[in-house]
Amino acid sequence: MELYKMTAHRLGELLRRGEITSREITRSVQDRIDQVEGRIHAYITLLPDLALKQADEADARIRSGDAEPLTGIPVAIKDLICTAGIRTTCGSHILDNFVPTYDATVTDRLKKAGAVFVGKANMDEFAMGSSTETSYFGPTRNPWDLERIPGGSSGGSAASVAADECILSLGSDTGGSIRQPAACCGIVGFKPTYGRVSRYGLVAFASSLDQIGPFAKDIRDTALMLNVISGFEPRDSTSVNLPVPDYTQSLINDVQGLVLGVPREAFGEGIDPEVEATVREAIRTLERLGAKIADVSLPHSAYAVAVYYIIAPAEASSNLARYDGVKYGFRAAGTYELLEMYKETRSQGFGAEVKRRIMLGTYALSAGYYDAYYRKASQVRTLIGRDFAEAFAKCDVLVLPTAPTPAFKLGEKVDDPLQMYLSDIYTIPCNLAGLPGLSFPCGFSSSGLPIGLQVLGNHFQEEKILRVAYTYERNTDHHLRKPNL
Amino acid sequence: MEYEPVIGLEVHAQMLTQSKIFCSCSTVFGGDPNAYTCPVCTGQPGSLPVLNRKVVEYTMRAALATHGTIAPYSLFARKNYFYPDLPKGYQISQYELPLSSDGYVEVQVDGGRKRIGIIRIHLEEDAGKLVHDLSSERGSHSYVDFNRTGVPLIEIVSAPDMHTPEEAAAYLRKLRAILMFLDICDGNMEEGSFRCDANISLRPRGQKTLGVKTELKNMNSFRNVQRALDYEIRRQTALIDQGDRIVQETRLWDAARGVTSAMRGKEEAHDYRYFPDPDLVAVVVEPEWIAAVKAYLPELPEAKKERFVREYGIPEYDAEVLTSSKPLANYYEACLQGYAKPKIVSNWIMSELLRELKRDEREIEECPVPASNLAQMLKLIDEGMISGKIAKSVFEEMYRTGKKAGEIVKEKGWIQVTDASAIERAVAEILAQYPKEAEEYRKGREKVFGFFVGQVMKATQGKANPQLVNELLKKKLLG
Repeated sequence: MELYKMTAHRLGELLRRGEITSREITRSVQDRIDQVEGRIHAYITLLPDLALKQADEADARIRSGDAEPLTGIPVAIKDLICTAGIRTTCGSHILDNFVPTYDATVTDRLKKAGAVFVGKANMDEFAMGSSTETSYFGPTRNPWDLERIPGGSSGGSAASVAADECILSLGSDTGGSIRQPAACCGIVGFKPTYGRVSRYGLVAFASSLDQIGPFAKDIRDTALMLNVISGFEPRDSTSVNLPVPDYTQSLINDVQGLVLGVPREAFGEGIDPEVEATVREAIRTLERLGAKIADVSLPHSAYAVAVYYIIAPAEASSNLARYDGVKYGFRAAGTYELLEMYKETRSQGFGAEVKRRIMLGTYALSAGYYDAYYRKASQVRTLIGRDFAEAFAKCDVLVLPTAPTPAFKLGEKVDDPLQMYLSDIYTIPCNLAGLPGLSFPCGFSSSGLPIGLQVLGNHFQEEKILRVAYTYERNTDHHLRKPNL
Repeated sequence: MEYEPVIGLEVHAQMLTQSKIFCSCSTVFGGDPNAYTCPVCTGQPGSLPVLNRKVVEYTMRAALATHGTIAPYSLFARKNYFYPDLPKGYQISQYELPLSSDGYVEVQVDGGRKRIGIIRIHLEEDAGKLVHDLSSERGSHSYVDFNRTGVPLIEIVSAPDMHTPEEAAAYLRKLRAILMFLDICDGNMEEGSFRCDANISLRPRGQKTLGVKTELKNMNSFRNVQRALDYEIRRQTALIDQGDRIVQETRLWDAARGVTSAMRGKEEAHDYRYFPDPDLVAVVVEPEWIAAVKAYLPELPEAKKERFVREYGIPEYDAEVLTSSKPLANYYEACLQGYAKPKIVSNWIMSELLRELKRDEREIEECPVPASNLAQMLKLIDEGMISGKIAKSVFEEMYRTGKKAGEIVKEKGWIQVTDASAIERAVAEILAQYPKEAEEYRKGREKVFGFFVGQVMKATQGKANPQLVNELLKKKLLG
């Protein structure tokens, strides 16, 4: 089998046995990129020279017997995670020339682990979108159907793994931006507990919701990546100082004794019948494998999308204020007065969706509206968190669809923000509560599009989620299917 | 009609921590532009703030010293507005839940004591500085220096408890002294480490409800605060008297012209859209932390003043002056180490020393006479080496040259003459010179005695021991 198709753990074994080199893997991935990237457009920036240099360093390290599980493995990094000396655009015109002088915590950890950086992955501008269509650099296409979106906002990260243009990748998830594209692209995507992975160097969209996480071809690779990126970072006040377990220890092919809660609200209006049938069948499979099923309710999740579209834009309106043309990034030419420079820079530098959200957020925080919008939304957010706490008193994990439909067509929803926002109806509550959530492939639609099952856990219970997902994966073969490119 | 001014003050004080409030950059003043910056304080994408706990501790000191309550749980908020010196597009401050509230300070005004409330004390970060270059060939340019960005500030908001510019000045002086006693602020008003905005309104005397206020900015000395308030009281009085309304606005003090003028409406029409900063966690202060900070609080002006009165037996007025700044109080006590007569030391400091310093606009820290030298000089008087009169000249020399008293006395030949025979000779000469006056004295015109003392002192260039002069004159005149 071609190296680019393989998983990180399999490649790691071969590397450590000396049967292959990281240079060979990297070359294989780069050849694959040459073949398919023109059709997929998963990357904003490719790093061919850096990757080979890192591969050689990894090979030297492996020869010296100092290899870690991800040493020599080609990875893609979403383009809002800072990489020192490498352009980090956030998919936006306003940062299209921005080169950070510092690494994000996760970048730094990946470097120390010996990973090879293939490139910076495409994304919705500032992670605002569910289709990767709002990228200033043009959309990414779904490897399963080039007419369709790969999901978003981490569409490039998801498509690069699904199209075998890298072995593993990093994305970020604010309202579903890892899980929904993972579902659309038929791979695994994991958003850890808020605070588990440091946000230092992750360019903020909505600070209280953003979380970095992995995309992988299977659950073991997901655990390997989690092991590298998790842990306390003193430079991030919201990162949590708790010991990090070895997540490969929770790869147990057994769900006996675990109770899976099925939220009543998760199969409501707007769900595609094929998605519902596939997800219900996956839950039955887990039941057959020994899990108990419990009926639970998340009554306030009906308000989650509304709450999210107040809190996330409010935070974004403030987080994106620093892009003013003064210090870095794009500055509009031909302006002579401060206010004019601000207006032109931001008018030309941001795309329509980003502007829409800055305006929504500015409005929600304005004098006279704060109580009705931001404060009320914060209160409902607390209630949504309580719903989960009550649910987890009755079950170990929650299982539900990741997205209400399989990948939709490019252009289908881009002019209808409300329809677009509803793509995240099943993923948003988890972010509002700061919980960990994973999506993995659980079947395909009649037209061959992947469908994802979402597993949510209580705070810092990543291990239970991995165990459920691993058991399902060991007993099914959806994860082995590859798109035909 | 007679109006009562109502004044409230907002003080921003820079904390003397080594590093900035949300990153580890130095807070040192000066330095090349942008020498003390990092991704965090220049608002680079993806950077995150981490609270410097020392700033919380310093703020707790200020709160405890002003009898404030410390919140067990307080929050940081973002104050959103665009300006090039504000790299994130928002200032991190405290809004809904400040670290401290409900304090007060006591000031001495018109012979009485008055309590002035402090509504809240909160933490925030300073902004940067714009440098405008109008001389450039390509036209005018503006540059941003972020060295000051993220320097820790506390904002101290008083209650509207002051009614005269003098009360406002007394409050500011006391507050500044407290912060300096606590070693948390250097109190430098010109460099802006202690700055003040004032809110002022008028109301008819006896009325409870407040009038419309204006906010005064840009006053960089106690004197300017007083002048600006004086001006604003006159301005508002005149407006009300002629039936006009006061407009709520921000006005800038122009020290050169001695007037306040309204800022343009656009500059102040801000909706700051405060909301809790999601990048920072709540500040949780356990009672143990408060107790630990309390235990290490230094002696504050009020307590020191009481101790000076009690321990040294000096008048309350002296104690008030001597404890108006920590270095001055330290100077006084250092003097007492070498010369243990508190009232005499107090007299010398309050009259001679402070007069010299005031003339030269020097602070006590810059005083060229070390406390030990002053003590030594006072000892020389007691030992009869110099007269009290000569001592004043000796002190002036000490202040001018920085030399020790003994040295000066020797160099100048100012050692007091205590040799009775030498004085006797001088007395005899003078009496011989003024027989008529001697006769008058003997007839009972005692006032002439002073004349003879003066003449003898003059003849001995002031060096004669005055006591001996007295004794010998009396003996000769009557004998």
